[in-house]
Amino acid sequence: MSVDSVFVHKMWVDHELSKMVKGGIPFPMLSDAGGKVGAVYGIYDEDAGVETRGRFIIDPDGVVQGFEVLTPPVGRNVNESIRQIQAFQVVRDSEGTEATPSGWRPGKKTLKPGPDLVGNVWKEWKTEMAFD
Amino acid sequence: MAKKIKAGCARPTGGPVGESVESAPKEETTVATKKEVGSMIKVGRKAPDFEAPAYFEGDFVSVKLSDYLGKWVVLCFYPGDFTFV
Repeated sequence: MSVDSVFVHKMWVDHELSKMVKGGIPFPMLSDAGGKVGAVYGIYDEDAGVETRGRFIIDPDGVVQGFEVLTPPVGRNVNESIRQIQAFQVVRDSEGTEATPSGWRPGKKTLKPGPDLVGNVWKEWKTEMAFD
Repeated sequence: MAKKIKAGCARPTGGPVGESVESAPKEETTVATKKEVGSMIKVGRKAPDFEAPAYFEGDFVSVKLSDYLGKWVVLCFYPGDFTFV
């Protein structure tokens, strides 16, 4: 979503994005004239008249589970967004009985929060697990 | 999910739908507007619903966030077309 019109979105797809992504963009490219939606989400820069790089993960109940906002010169890490969605899905599927510690990736161990875990995280999770 | 819209001469627009988070009437001063804009949404709370025109698979459509209930959604904002994402 950007403040550009859907007409400009089409031109961008036709002239540039179609050369990068075969078959076009697989999701709707939204237009937010005047930044009205961006303002509600707190990422519209009213001085510059553009949206900043806000990214929101919204769960199937419509609840915001996470967001990240960057200023325009720095791009996002798509892999990290995907990792976060995978982690939120694991937590949701476990109905809150599991949590994903720092550095978690699919296939790595989750934690089961509860009285037994208090003071014992060091047995389950090592600091190097945060970095790989 | 997304309904088609006609490509007229005016550029289509959308905006937030439903009650605004701050239901108090908008003040007309710039300062008050900026203050309202400054509030960030919170994790664990409902994402504000909105409806917006979109370009999708060769068509101009209208997309409403609440139509995606039941699915995971990634909502990305970016500074402008022809920039990197």
